[in-house]
Amino acid sequence: MRSIKQYACLGGFCLGMFFLLCSTTGMAQSASLKSSIEKGKTVYVQRCMVCHQQDGGGVPHLNPPLDGASAVKGKDKSKLISILLKGMSDRVEIDGEYYSNNMASHADLSDQQIADVLNYIRNNWSNKVPTPVTPAEVKSVRAKTK
Amino acid sequence: MLRFSVLLLAGCLLASQSQANDTLQHRKSAAIMPDADNAGLKLPTGFSALKVAENVGRARHLVVNSQGDVYVKLSGKVGDKGILVMRDLNNDGRTEEITGFGNYGGTGIAIHNGYLYASSDEEVFRYKLNAKGAVETPYQPEKIITGLINRRQHESKSITLDKNGNIYVNIGAYSNSCQVKDRQPGSLGMNPCPILDSAGGIWQFKSDVLNQTYGNGVRFATGLRNVVGLDWNNQTNSLYVTQHGRDQLNSLFPQFYDTTTNANLPAETMYEMKQGDNAGWPYVYYDPFQNKKMLAPEYGGDGKTEGSAAYKNPAMAFPAHMAPNALLFYTGSMFPEKYKNGAFIAFHGSWNRAPLPQEGYYVAFVPFENGKPTGKWEIFANGFAGVDVITSTRAAQHRPCGLAQGPDGSLYVSDDNKGTIYRILFNGN
Ligand code: HEC
Repeated sequence: MRSIKQYACLGGFCLGMFFLLCSTTGMAQSASLKSSIEKGKTVYVQRCMVCHQQDGGGVPHLNPPLDGASAVKGKDKSKLISILLKGMSDRVEIDGEYYSNNMASHADLSDQQIADVLNYIRNNWSNKVPTPVTPAEVKSVRAKTK
Repeated sequence: MLRFSVLLLAGCLLASQSQANDTLQHRKSAAIMPDADNAGLKLPTGFSALKVAENVGRARHLVVNSQGDVYVKLSGKVGDKGILVMRDLNNDGRTEEITGFGNYGGTGIAIHNGYLYASSDEEVFRYKLNAKGAVETPYQPEKIITGLINRRQHESKSITLDKNGNIYVNIGAYSNSCQVKDRQPGSLGMNPCPILDSAGGIWQFKSDVLNQTYGNGVRFATGLRNVVGLDWNNQTNSLYVTQHGRDQLNSLFPQFYDTTTNANLPAETMYEMKQGDNAGWPYVYYDPFQNKKMLAPEYGGDGKTEGSAAYKNPAMAFPAHMAPNALLFYTGSMFPEKYKNGAFIAFHGSWNRAPLPQEGYYVAFVPFENGKPTGKWEIFANGFAGVDVITSTRAAQHRPCGLAQGPDGSLYVSDDNKGTIYRILFNGN
Protein backbone atom coordinates (compact mmCIF):
# COMPACT_ATOMS: atom_id res chain seq x y z
CA MET A 1 0.00 0.00 0.00
CA ARG A 2 1.38 3.24 -0.99
CA SER A 3 1.57 6.00 1.53
CA ILE A 4 -0.07 9.34 1.17
CA LYS A 5 3.42 10.69 0.95
CA GLN A 6 4.10 8.68 -2.20
CA TYR A 7 0.90 9.91 -3.84
CA ALA A 8 1.78 13.45 -2.92
CA CYS A 9 5.17 12.91 -4.38
CA LEU A 10 3.77 11.55 -7.63
CA GLY A 11 1.26 14.41 -7.80
CA GLY A 12 4.00 16.87 -7.17
CA PHE A 13 6.09 15.31 -9.89
CA CYS A 14 3.22 15.49 -12.40
CA LEU A 15 2.50 19.07 -11.47
CA GLY A 16 6.17 19.91 -11.83
CA MET A 17 6.33 18.30 -15.27
CA PHE A 18 3.22 20.22 -16.25
CA PHE A 19 4.75 23.54 -15.27
CA LEU A 20 8.00 22.66 -16.95
CA LEU A 21 6.15 21.83 -20.14
CA CYS A 22 4.18 25.05 -19.97
CA SER A 23 7.21 27.17 -19.36
CA THR A 24 9.22 25.57 -22.15
CA THR A 25 6.45 26.15 -24.69
CA GLY A 26 6.19 29.68 -23.26
CA MET A 27 9.92 30.07 -23.64
CA ALA A 28 9.88 28.58 -27.11
CA GLN A 29 7.19 31.07 -28.11
CA SER A 30 8.91 34.09 -26.69
CA ALA A 31 12.19 32.96 -28.21
CA SER A 32 10.56 32.75 -31.63
CA LEU A 33 8.89 36.14 -31.10
CA LYS A 34 12.26 37.49 -30.07
CA SER A 35 13.94 36.25 -33.22
CA SER A 36 11.03 37.49 -35.34
CA ILE A 37 11.41 40.95 -33.78
CA GLU A 38 15.12 40.88 -34.50
CA LYS A 39 14.59 39.96 -38.15
CA GLY A 40 11.81 42.52 -38.33
CA LYS A 41 14.26 45.25 -37.47
CA THR A 42 16.19 44.63 -40.69
CA VAL A 43 12.99 44.96 -42.71
CA TYR A 44 12.06 48.11 -40.79
CA VAL A 45 15.42 49.78 -41.45
CA GLN A 46 15.25 49.02 -45.18
CA ARG A 47 11.60 49.72 -45.80
CA CYS A 48 9.91 51.78 -43.12
CA MET A 49 12.42 53.88 -41.20
CA VAL A 50 12.71 56.56 -43.88
CA CYS A 51 9.10 57.61 -43.24
CA HIS A 52 8.26 56.41 -39.74
CA GLN A 53 11.73 57.35 -38.40
CA GLN A 54 14.22 55.56 -36.21
CA ASP A 55 12.28 56.16 -33.02
CA GLY A 56 8.92 55.31 -34.61
CA GLY A 57 7.97 58.95 -34.13
CA GLY A 58 6.91 59.60 -37.74
CA VAL A 59 6.98 63.07 -39.28
CA PRO A 60 4.39 65.62 -38.11
CA HIS A 61 1.45 65.85 -40.56
CA LEU A 62 3.25 63.69 -43.13
CA ASN A 63 3.85 60.17 -41.78
CA PRO A 64 2.09 58.90 -38.64
CA PRO A 65 4.00 57.73 -35.58
CA LEU A 66 4.00 53.97 -34.97
CA ASP A 67 5.31 54.40 -31.43
CA GLY A 68 2.22 54.53 -29.22
CA ALA A 69 -0.21 54.25 -32.16
CA SER A 70 -3.45 52.61 -31.08
CA ALA A 71 -3.80 50.60 -34.32
CA VAL A 72 -0.26 49.24 -33.99
CA LYS A 73 -0.82 48.20 -30.37
CA GLY A 74 -4.37 47.03 -31.04
CA LYS A 75 -5.95 43.58 -31.36
CA ASP A 76 -6.77 43.80 -35.07
CA LYS A 77 -3.76 42.11 -36.60
CA SER A 78 -5.53 41.60 -39.96
CA LYS A 79 -5.87 45.35 -40.35
CA LEU A 80 -2.12 45.85 -39.86
CA ILE A 81 -1.29 43.02 -42.25
CA SER A 82 -3.62 44.48 -44.83
CA ILE A 83 -2.04 47.98 -44.50
CA LEU A 84 1.33 46.43 -45.39
CA LEU A 85 -0.12 44.41 -48.26
CA LYS A 86 -2.21 47.18 -49.79
CA GLY A 87 -0.41 50.32 -48.64
CA MET A 88 -2.34 53.25 -47.22
CA SER A 89 -3.45 56.58 -48.60
CA ASP A 90 -6.88 56.74 -47.00
CA ARG A 91 -6.28 60.06 -45.27
CA VAL A 92 -8.30 58.86 -42.34
CA GLU A 93 -7.88 60.35 -38.91
CA ILE A 94 -5.16 58.50 -37.02
CA ASP A 95 -5.19 59.14 -33.28
CA GLY A 96 -6.58 62.63 -33.86
CA GLU A 97 -4.32 63.72 -36.74
CA TYR A 98 -4.22 63.54 -40.54
CA TYR A 99 -1.17 62.63 -42.59
CA SER A 100 -0.52 63.62 -46.18
CA ASN A 101 2.10 61.22 -47.51
CA ASN A 102 1.37 58.03 -49.47
CA MET A 103 2.41 54.65 -48.10
CA ALA A 104 2.98 52.17 -50.94
CA SER A 105 2.12 48.47 -50.85
CA HIS A 106 4.81 46.23 -49.42
CA ALA A 107 3.22 43.03 -50.75
CA ASP A 108 6.53 41.96 -52.30
CA LEU A 109 7.77 41.12 -48.78
CA SER A 110 7.32 37.46 -47.78
CA ASP A 111 4.71 36.33 -45.23
CA GLN A 112 7.55 35.83 -42.78
CA GLN A 113 9.01 39.31 -43.39
CA ILE A 114 5.63 40.97 -42.91
CA ALA A 115 5.04 39.06 -39.68
CA ASP A 116 8.56 40.00 -38.55
CA VAL A 117 8.28 43.73 -39.23
CA LEU A 118 4.87 43.85 -37.53
CA ASN A 119 6.26 42.04 -34.51
CA TYR A 120 9.09 44.57 -34.49
CA ILE A 121 6.85 47.65 -34.54
CA ARG A 122 4.50 46.08 -31.96
CA ASN A 123 7.37 45.40 -29.57
CA ASN A 124 9.70 48.34 -29.93
CA TRP A 125 9.86 51.87 -28.48
CA SER A 126 7.00 52.11 -25.98
CA ASN A 127 4.97 49.36 -27.69
CA LYS A 128 4.71 45.96 -25.95
CA VAL A 129 2.29 43.49 -27.54
CA PRO A 130 3.18 39.91 -26.60
CA THR A 131 0.61 38.33 -28.99
CA PRO A 132 2.69 37.62 -32.09
CA VAL A 133 1.73 38.05 -35.74
CA THR A 134 2.41 34.74 -37.53
CA PRO A 135 3.28 34.06 -41.20
CA ALA A 136 0.15 31.87 -41.34
CA GLU A 137 -1.99 34.89 -40.45
CA VAL A 138 -0.28 36.96 -43.14
CA LYS A 139 -0.86 34.14 -45.63
CA SER A 140 -4.55 34.00 -44.85
CA VAL A 141 -5.03 37.79 -45.14
CA ARG A 142 -3.02 37.76 -48.38
CA ALA A 143 -5.33 35.07 -49.78
CA LYS A 144 -8.34 37.28 -49.03
CA THR A 145 -6.69 40.40 -50.50
CA LYS A 146 -7.50 40.41 -54.20
CA MET B 1 -0.99 88.15 -24.17
CA LEU B 2 -2.04 85.83 -26.93
CA ARG B 3 -5.74 85.47 -26.52
CA PHE B 4 -8.03 85.84 -29.46
CA SER B 5 -9.77 89.11 -28.87
CA VAL B 6 -11.71 91.41 -31.05
CA LEU B 7 -11.02 94.40 -28.87
CA LEU B 8 -12.94 97.33 -30.16
CA LEU B 9 -11.09 99.58 -27.77
CA ALA B 10 -7.74 98.31 -28.91
CA GLY B 11 -8.79 98.77 -32.51
CA CYS B 12 -9.64 102.42 -31.90
CA LEU B 13 -6.42 102.93 -30.05
CA LEU B 14 -4.50 101.49 -32.95
CA ALA B 15 -6.34 103.52 -35.54
CA SER B 16 -5.63 106.78 -33.78
CA GLN B 17 -1.97 106.18 -33.18
CA SER B 18 -0.81 104.56 -36.34
CA GLN B 19 0.04 107.23 -38.87
CA ALA B 20 3.39 105.55 -39.03
CA ASN B 21 5.84 106.27 -41.78
CA ASP B 22 9.23 104.78 -42.40
CA THR B 23 11.16 106.99 -40.02
CA LEU B 24 8.66 106.48 -37.26
CA GLN B 25 8.93 102.73 -37.81
CA HIS B 26 12.68 103.08 -37.50
CA ARG B 27 12.46 104.99 -34.26
CA LYS B 28 10.03 102.40 -32.96
CA SER B 29 12.27 99.47 -33.74
CA ALA B 30 15.21 101.23 -32.10
CA ALA B 31 13.21 101.03 -28.87
CA ILE B 32 12.44 97.32 -29.20
CA MET B 33 14.27 95.17 -26.70
CA PRO B 34 15.27 91.73 -27.97
CA ASP B 35 14.70 88.69 -25.75
CA ALA B 36 17.57 88.12 -23.30
CA ASP B 37 18.34 84.79 -25.00
CA ASN B 38 17.64 86.10 -28.54
CA ALA B 39 14.57 83.86 -28.63
CA GLY B 40 16.88 80.84 -28.41
CA LEU B 41 18.48 81.61 -31.78
CA LYS B 42 22.11 81.70 -32.86
CA LEU B 43 22.70 84.72 -35.09
CA PRO B 44 25.62 86.56 -36.71
CA THR B 45 27.26 89.31 -34.63
CA GLY B 46 25.16 92.44 -34.31
CA PHE B 47 21.83 90.66 -34.78
CA SER B 48 19.30 89.95 -32.07
CA ALA B 49 15.87 88.34 -31.92
CA LEU B 50 12.64 88.19 -30.01
CA LYS B 51 9.53 86.08 -29.98
CA VAL B 52 6.68 88.19 -31.29
CA ALA B 53 4.13 85.55 -30.26
CA GLU B 54 3.93 81.88 -29.33
CA ASN B 55 1.46 79.03 -29.82
CA VAL B 56 -0.52 80.82 -32.53
CA GLY B 57 -1.19 77.62 -34.52
CA ARG B 58 0.46 76.03 -37.54
CA ALA B 59 1.93 79.24 -38.93
CA ARG B 60 2.92 78.73 -42.58
CA HIS B 61 3.73 81.88 -44.59
CA LEU B 62 3.37 85.39 -43.22
CA VAL B 63 3.49 89.01 -44.37
CA VAL B 64 3.79 92.35 -42.59
CA ASN B 65 1.81 95.44 -43.68
CA SER B 66 2.94 99.06 -43.77
CA GLN B 67 1.86 99.54 -40.14
CA GLY B 68 3.79 96.56 -38.83
CA ASP B 69 0.69 94.36 -38.44
CA VAL B 70 1.58 90.71 -39.09
CA TYR B 71 -0.74 88.54 -41.20
CA VAL B 72 -0.14 84.83 -40.72
CA LYS B 73 -1.57 82.02 -42.88
CA LEU B 74 -2.37 78.92 -40.84
CA SER B 75 -2.45 75.44 -42.35
CA GLY B 76 -4.99 74.25 -39.81
CA LYS B 77 -7.59 76.74 -38.68
CA VAL B 78 -7.72 77.99 -35.10
CA GLY B 79 -11.45 78.02 -34.45
CA ASP B 80 -12.82 79.32 -37.76
CA LYS B 81 -9.78 81.46 -38.49
CA GLY B 82 -7.20 80.55 -41.13
CA ILE B 83 -5.55 83.99 -41.26
CA LEU B 84 -4.35 85.72 -38.11
CA VAL B 85 -3.86 89.47 -37.70
CA MET B 86 -1.30 90.18 -35.02
CA ARG B 87 -0.95 93.71 -33.65
CA ASP B 88 1.63 95.39 -31.50
CA LEU B 89 -0.36 97.88 -29.39
CA ASN B 90 2.42 99.32 -27.24
CA ASN B 91 5.38 99.40 -29.62
CA ASP B 92 7.35 96.76 -27.77
CA GLY B 93 7.75 94.80 -31.01
CA ARG B 94 5.57 91.97 -29.72
CA THR B 95 1.95 91.04 -30.26
CA GLU B 96 -0.70 92.17 -27.82
CA GLU B 97 -3.79 91.53 -29.90
CA ILE B 98 -4.66 88.68 -32.25
CA THR B 99 -7.76 88.68 -34.39
CA GLY B 100 -8.47 86.64 -37.46
CA PHE B 101 -10.65 85.73 -40.42
CA GLY B 102 -10.52 83.46 -43.49
CA ASN B 103 -12.34 80.20 -42.93
CA TYR B 104 -9.76 77.97 -44.69
CA GLY B 105 -6.36 76.46 -44.02
CA GLY B 106 -3.49 77.00 -46.43
CA THR B 107 0.05 78.27 -46.87
CA GLY B 108 0.38 81.25 -49.22
CA ILE B 109 -0.01 84.91 -48.23
CA ALA B 110 1.24 88.13 -49.85
CA ILE B 111 0.54 91.87 -49.96
CA HIS B 112 0.64 93.60 -53.34
CA ASN B 113 -0.74 96.88 -54.71
CA GLY B 114 -3.28 97.44 -51.98
CA TYR B 115 -4.50 93.86 -51.65
CA LEU B 116 -3.85 90.95 -49.32
CA TYR B 117 -3.67 87.64 -51.23
CA ALA B 118 -4.05 84.28 -49.47
CA SER B 119 -4.36 80.69 -50.63
CA SER B 120 -6.09 77.53 -49.49
CA ASP B 121 -4.81 74.23 -50.94
CA GLU B 122 -7.13 74.68 -53.97
CA GLU B 123 -7.93 78.39 -54.32
CA VAL B 124 -6.53 81.91 -54.08
CA PHE B 125 -8.45 84.84 -52.58
CA ARG B 126 -7.77 88.53 -52.24
CA TYR B 127 -8.91 91.21 -49.82
CA LYS B 128 -8.79 94.99 -50.37
CA LEU B 129 -6.61 96.86 -47.90
CA ASN B 130 -7.61 100.32 -46.65
CA ALA B 131 -5.30 103.30 -46.27
CA LYS B 132 -4.07 101.89 -42.99
CA GLY B 133 -3.12 98.60 -44.58
CA ALA B 134 -5.99 96.75 -42.89
CA VAL B 135 -8.51 94.34 -44.39
CA GLU B 136 -11.90 96.02 -44.13
CA THR B 137 -14.19 93.30 -45.42
CA PRO B 138 -12.62 90.07 -44.19
CA TYR B 139 -15.75 88.03 -44.95
CA GLN B 140 -16.15 89.14 -48.59
CA PRO B 141 -12.92 88.11 -50.29
CA GLU B 142 -12.64 88.02 -54.08
CA LYS B 143 -11.94 84.50 -55.29
CA ILE B 144 -9.39 84.96 -58.08
CA ILE B 145 -8.27 81.35 -58.67
CA THR B 146 -10.17 78.10 -58.10
CA GLY B 147 -10.07 74.37 -58.85
CA LEU B 148 -6.34 73.73 -58.39
CA ILE B 149 -5.30 70.12 -57.81
CA ASN B 150 -5.01 69.01 -54.18
CA ARG B 151 -4.24 65.33 -53.70
CA ARG B 152 -2.92 65.91 -50.20
CA GLN B 153 0.71 65.28 -51.10
CA HIS B 154 2.65 68.52 -51.78
CA GLU B 155 -0.68 70.28 -51.48
CA SER B 156 0.31 73.78 -50.40
CA LYS B 157 -0.17 76.58 -52.91
CA SER B 158 2.53 79.19 -52.42
CA ILE B 159 2.14 82.55 -54.14
CA THR B 160 4.08 85.61 -55.28
CA LEU B 161 3.29 88.55 -57.58
CA ASP B 162 5.20 90.49 -60.22
CA LYS B 163 5.03 94.17 -61.26
CA ASN B 164 2.88 93.50 -64.30
CA GLY B 165 -0.36 92.32 -62.74
CA ASN B 166 0.45 88.60 -62.57
CA ILE B 167 0.31 86.16 -59.69
CA TYR B 168 2.43 82.97 -59.63
CA VAL B 169 1.12 79.86 -57.89
CA ASN B 170 3.03 76.68 -57.13
CA ILE B 171 1.09 73.50 -57.86
CA GLY B 172 3.13 70.68 -56.32
CA ALA B 173 3.30 67.20 -57.86
CA TYR B 174 1.14 64.70 -55.96
CA SER B 175 3.91 62.13 -56.25
CA ASN B 176 7.52 61.57 -55.28
CA SER B 177 8.97 60.67 -58.67
CA CYS B 178 5.99 59.99 -60.96
CA GLN B 179 6.23 56.22 -60.44
CA VAL B 180 3.39 54.03 -61.72
CA LYS B 181 2.89 53.22 -58.00
CA ASP B 182 3.96 56.19 -55.89
CA ARG B 183 6.79 55.30 -53.48
CA GLN B 184 6.63 51.59 -54.24
CA PRO B 185 10.11 50.00 -54.27
CA GLY B 186 11.22 49.37 -57.86
CA SER B 187 8.14 50.86 -59.55
CA LEU B 188 9.16 52.66 -62.76
CA GLY B 189 8.31 56.17 -63.87
CA MET B 190 5.39 57.01 -66.16
CA ASN B 191 6.74 58.36 -69.46
CA PRO B 192 5.81 61.04 -70.24
CA CYS B 193 4.81 61.96 -66.70
CA PRO B 194 1.07 62.83 -66.90
CA ILE B 195 1.17 64.78 -63.64
CA LEU B 196 3.02 67.65 -65.35
CA ASP B 197 -0.14 68.71 -67.23
CA SER B 198 -1.77 70.00 -64.09
CA ALA B 199 0.92 70.04 -61.38
CA GLY B 200 4.67 69.89 -60.83
CA GLY B 201 5.19 73.50 -61.87
CA ILE B 202 4.40 77.18 -61.46
CA TRP B 203 1.22 78.59 -63.00
CA GLN B 204 0.73 82.26 -63.85
CA PHE B 205 -2.66 83.98 -63.50
CA LYS B 206 -3.92 87.57 -63.55
CA SER B 207 -3.89 89.11 -60.10
CA ASP B 208 -7.20 90.96 -60.59
CA VAL B 209 -9.49 88.59 -62.52
CA LEU B 210 -12.10 86.53 -60.67
CA ASN B 211 -12.64 82.74 -60.80
CA GLN B 212 -9.69 81.80 -62.99
CA THR B 213 -8.72 78.15 -63.27
CA TYR B 214 -6.33 76.03 -65.36
CA GLY B 215 -7.83 77.18 -68.68
CA ASN B 216 -7.24 80.85 -67.83
CA GLY B 217 -3.73 80.42 -66.53
CA VAL B 218 -0.38 79.71 -68.13
CA ARG B 219 1.94 76.90 -67.11
CA PHE B 220 4.79 79.33 -66.58
CA ALA B 221 7.51 76.83 -65.58
CA THR B 222 7.52 73.05 -65.24
CA GLY B 223 9.59 70.12 -64.01
CA LEU B 224 9.42 71.35 -60.41
CA ARG B 225 8.45 68.61 -57.95
CA ASN B 226 7.29 70.85 -55.13
CA VAL B 227 8.05 74.50 -54.58
CA VAL B 228 7.02 75.91 -51.22
CA GLY B 229 9.32 78.98 -51.30
CA LEU B 230 9.08 81.42 -54.16
CA ASP B 231 9.62 85.17 -54.53
CA TRP B 232 9.66 87.75 -57.27
CA ASN B 233 13.11 89.34 -57.47
CA ASN B 234 12.51 93.01 -58.22
CA GLN B 235 16.14 93.64 -59.06
CA THR B 236 16.32 91.01 -61.81
CA ASN B 237 12.57 91.32 -62.48
CA SER B 238 12.30 87.52 -62.47
CA LEU B 239 10.87 84.61 -60.52
CA TYR B 240 12.99 82.59 -58.12
CA VAL B 241 11.84 79.33 -56.58
CA THR B 242 13.20 76.77 -54.14
CA GLN B 243 12.40 73.13 -54.88
CA HIS B 244 11.99 70.19 -52.52
CA GLY B 245 14.01 67.43 -54.19
CA ARG B 246 12.83 63.85 -54.45
CA ASP B 247 12.84 61.37 -51.54
CA GLN B 248 13.83 57.74 -50.93
CA LEU B 249 16.53 56.93 -53.50
CA ASN B 250 17.79 54.03 -51.41
CA SER B 251 14.50 52.56 -50.17
CA LEU B 252 13.06 52.55 -53.73
CA PHE B 253 16.24 51.50 -55.58
CA PRO B 254 18.54 49.78 -53.06
CA GLN B 255 20.58 48.25 -55.89
CA PHE B 256 21.94 51.72 -56.79
CA TYR B 257 21.92 53.75 -53.57
CA ASP B 258 22.78 53.17 -49.90
CA THR B 259 21.68 55.10 -46.81
CA THR B 260 24.57 57.57 -47.10
CA THR B 261 23.98 58.40 -50.77
CA ASN B 262 20.26 58.77 -50.01
CA ALA B 263 21.02 61.12 -47.12
CA ASN B 264 23.11 63.34 -49.43
CA LEU B 265 21.16 63.17 -52.69
CA PRO B 266 19.64 64.95 -54.41
CA ALA B 267 20.40 68.61 -53.69
CA GLU B 268 17.67 70.99 -52.65
CA THR B 269 17.76 73.65 -55.34
CA MET B 270 17.05 77.31 -56.01
CA TYR B 271 16.21 78.26 -59.61
CA GLU B 272 15.59 81.46 -61.51
CA MET B 273 12.64 80.38 -63.68
CA LYS B 274 11.82 82.25 -66.88
CA GLN B 275 8.67 81.52 -68.84
CA GLY B 276 8.90 78.07 -70.46
CA ASP B 277 11.76 76.81 -68.30
CA ASN B 278 11.86 73.16 -67.26
CA ALA B 279 13.80 71.98 -64.20
CA GLY B 280 13.55 68.30 -65.19
CA TRP B 281 11.48 66.59 -62.48
CA PRO B 282 10.80 63.64 -62.50
CA TYR B 283 13.33 62.65 -65.20
CA VAL B 284 16.45 64.04 -63.54
CA TYR B 285 17.71 65.06 -60.11
CA TYR B 286 20.59 67.35 -59.25
CA ASP B 287 23.77 65.85 -57.80
CA PRO B 288 25.66 68.67 -56.00
CA PHE B 289 28.89 66.68 -55.73
CA GLN B 290 29.26 66.12 -59.46
CA ASN B 291 27.35 69.32 -60.34
CA LYS B 292 25.31 67.27 -62.77
CA LYS B 293 21.72 66.46 -63.59
CA MET B 294 21.47 62.71 -63.12
CA LEU B 295 18.96 60.39 -64.75
CA ALA B 296 16.37 59.32 -62.15
CA PRO B 297 16.36 55.56 -61.39
CA GLU B 298 12.64 55.44 -62.30
CA TYR B 299 13.70 56.43 -65.85
CA GLY B 300 16.66 54.10 -66.28
CA GLY B 301 19.24 55.85 -64.11
CA ASP B 302 21.67 54.00 -61.86
CA GLY B 303 23.30 56.80 -59.89
CA LYS B 304 26.02 57.18 -62.55
CA THR B 305 24.19 58.04 -65.75
CA GLU B 306 23.67 61.70 -66.57
CA GLY B 307 20.29 62.95 -67.70
CA SER B 308 19.47 65.44 -70.42
CA ALA B 309 21.54 68.62 -70.30
CA ALA B 310 18.58 70.58 -71.67
CA TYR B 311 17.00 71.02 -68.24
CA LYS B 312 17.58 74.16 -66.21
CA ASN B 313 20.60 74.36 -63.91
CA PRO B 314 20.03 75.58 -60.37
CA ALA B 315 21.20 79.04 -59.32
CA MET B 316 22.27 77.48 -56.02
CA ALA B 317 22.32 73.96 -54.56
CA PHE B 318 21.88 73.04 -50.88
CA PRO B 319 22.24 69.79 -48.91
CA ALA B 320 19.59 67.16 -49.56
CA HIS B 321 16.13 66.91 -47.99
CA MET B 322 16.30 70.12 -45.88
CA ALA B 323 12.95 71.35 -47.27
CA PRO B 324 13.27 75.02 -48.29
CA ASN B 325 9.83 76.32 -47.31
CA ALA B 326 10.25 80.06 -47.84
CA LEU B 327 12.31 82.38 -50.03
CA LEU B 328 12.62 86.13 -49.47
CA PHE B 329 14.73 88.71 -51.28
CA TYR B 330 15.77 91.26 -48.69
CA THR B 331 15.20 94.85 -49.75
CA GLY B 332 15.21 96.54 -46.35
CA SER B 333 17.76 98.97 -44.98
CA MET B 334 18.02 97.73 -41.37
CA PHE B 335 20.51 94.92 -42.11
CA PRO B 336 24.11 95.60 -43.28
CA GLU B 337 24.76 96.25 -46.98
CA LYS B 338 25.81 92.64 -47.61
CA TYR B 339 22.21 91.48 -47.16
CA LYS B 340 20.62 93.92 -49.60
CA ASN B 341 18.97 92.07 -52.50
CA GLY B 342 20.27 88.73 -51.21
CA ALA B 343 18.02 85.73 -50.55
CA PHE B 344 16.92 84.38 -47.19
CA ILE B 345 15.67 80.78 -47.22
CA ALA B 346 13.76 79.09 -44.40
CA PHE B 347 14.62 75.40 -44.22
CA HIS B 348 11.83 73.42 -42.57
CA GLY B 349 14.26 70.57 -41.78
CA SER B 350 14.68 67.06 -43.16
CA TRP B 351 13.14 63.66 -42.41
CA ASN B 352 14.53 61.69 -45.34
CA ARG B 353 18.08 61.28 -44.04
CA ALA B 354 17.38 58.53 -41.47
CA PRO B 355 19.32 56.80 -39.97
CA LEU B 356 21.76 59.71 -40.34
CA PRO B 357 20.96 62.80 -38.23
CA GLN B 358 18.40 65.14 -39.78
CA GLU B 359 19.53 68.53 -41.15
CA GLY B 360 18.13 71.98 -41.81
CA TYR B 361 15.77 73.60 -39.31
CA TYR B 362 17.45 76.97 -39.92
CA VAL B 363 17.31 80.15 -41.99
CA ALA B 364 20.07 80.42 -44.60
CA PHE B 365 21.32 83.41 -46.56
CA VAL B 366 22.50 83.50 -50.19
CA PRO B 367 24.46 86.68 -51.02
CA PHE B 368 23.59 88.24 -54.41
CA GLU B 369 25.47 90.81 -56.45
CA ASN B 370 24.15 92.33 -59.66
CA GLY B 371 21.30 89.85 -59.67
CA LYS B 372 23.49 86.74 -59.38
CA PRO B 373 24.29 84.60 -56.34
CA THR B 374 27.86 85.13 -55.27
CA GLY B 375 30.00 82.44 -53.73
CA LYS B 376 28.58 80.32 -50.97
CA TRP B 377 25.36 80.26 -49.00
CA GLU B 378 25.60 80.46 -45.22
CA ILE B 379 23.52 79.65 -42.16
CA PHE B 380 21.97 82.91 -40.91
CA ALA B 381 19.73 81.92 -38.00
CA ASN B 382 19.99 78.56 -36.26
CA GLY B 383 18.75 76.95 -33.07
CA PHE B 384 15.04 76.68 -33.91
CA ALA B 385 15.05 72.94 -33.20
CA GLY B 386 16.23 73.49 -29.62
CA VAL B 387 18.42 70.37 -29.76
CA ASP B 388 21.86 69.88 -31.33
CA VAL B 389 21.38 66.50 -32.96
CA ILE B 390 18.02 65.62 -34.49
CA THR B 391 17.69 61.89 -35.00
CA SER B 392 13.94 61.99 -35.53
CA THR B 393 11.89 64.87 -36.90
CA ARG B 394 9.60 64.98 -33.89
CA ALA B 395 12.57 65.95 -31.70
CA ALA B 396 12.71 69.40 -33.33
CA GLN B 397 10.76 71.91 -31.26
CA HIS B 398 10.39 74.62 -33.90
CA ARG B 399 10.52 74.36 -37.69
CA PRO B 400 11.08 77.50 -39.79
CA CYS B 401 8.39 77.78 -42.48
CA GLY B 402 7.72 81.39 -43.51
CA LEU B 403 9.70 84.62 -43.94
CA ALA B 404 8.60 88.25 -44.09
CA GLN B 405 10.22 91.65 -44.06
CA GLY B 406 8.83 94.31 -41.71
CA PRO B 407 8.51 97.97 -42.77
CA ASP B 408 11.52 98.74 -40.57
CA GLY B 409 13.59 96.05 -42.34
CA SER B 410 13.45 93.46 -39.56
CA LEU B 411 13.03 89.82 -40.63
CA TYR B 412 10.10 87.74 -39.38
CA VAL B 413 10.24 83.94 -39.27
CA SER B 414 7.25 81.67 -38.62
CA ASP B 415 7.36 78.18 -37.11
CA ASP B 416 4.57 75.77 -38.08
CA ASN B 417 5.33 73.22 -35.40
CA LYS B 418 4.69 75.13 -32.18
CA GLY B 419 3.43 78.35 -33.75
CA THR B 420 6.16 80.75 -32.69
CA ILE B 421 6.65 84.00 -34.63
CA TYR B 422 10.23 85.29 -34.44
CA ARG B 423 11.55 88.72 -35.32
CA ILE B 424 15.21 89.29 -36.10
CA LEU B 425 16.75 92.77 -35.72
CA PHE B 426 20.10 94.30 -36.47
CA ASN B 427 21.38 96.70 -33.89
CA GLY B 428 25.13 96.25 -34.10
CA ASN B 429 27.46 98.39 -36.15
C1 HEC C 1 6.63 56.64 -47.99
C2 HEC C 1 6.54 56.69 -46.56
C3 HEC C 1 6.17 55.41 -45.83
C4 HEC C 1 6.83 54.20 -45.81
C5 HEC C 1 8.10 53.83 -46.55
C6 HEC C 1 6.07 53.36 -44.91
N1 HEC C 1 4.99 54.02 -44.42
FE1 HEC C 1 3.61 53.32 -43.12
N2 HEC C 1 2.50 54.97 -43.37
C7 HEC C 1 2.86 56.08 -44.11
C8 HEC C 1 1.76 57.00 -44.16
C9 HEC C 1 1.76 58.35 -44.86
C10 HEC C 1 0.69 56.42 -43.45
C11 HEC C 1 -0.71 57.02 -43.25
C12 HEC C 1 -1.45 57.09 -44.57
C13 HEC C 1 -2.78 57.77 -44.51
O1 HEC C 1 -3.12 58.40 -43.49
O2 HEC C 1 -3.51 57.69 -45.49
C14 HEC C 1 1.20 55.15 -42.93
C15 HEC C 1 0.49 54.27 -42.11
C16 HEC C 1 1.03 53.16 -41.51
C17 HEC C 1 0.37 52.34 -40.52
C18 HEC C 1 -0.99 52.62 -39.88
C19 HEC C 1 -0.77 53.50 -38.68
C20 HEC C 1 -1.99 53.72 -37.83
O3 HEC C 1 -1.80 54.11 -36.67
O4 HEC C 1 -3.13 53.53 -38.31
C21 HEC C 1 1.22 51.32 -40.20
C22 HEC C 1 0.99 50.21 -39.19
C23 HEC C 1 2.40 51.49 -41.01
N3 HEC C 1 2.26 52.61 -41.79
C24 HEC C 1 3.51 50.66 -40.96
C25 HEC C 1 4.54 50.70 -41.90
C26 HEC C 1 5.56 49.69 -42.02
C27 HEC C 1 5.69 48.46 -41.12
C28 HEC C 1 6.35 50.06 -43.06
C29 HEC C 1 7.53 49.31 -43.64
C30 HEC C 1 7.25 47.99 -44.17
C31 HEC C 1 5.85 51.32 -43.56
N4 HEC C 1 4.75 51.67 -42.84
C32 HEC C 1 6.43 52.05 -44.60
C33 HEC C 1 4.08 56.27 -44.72
C34 HEC C 1 5.01 55.27 -44.96
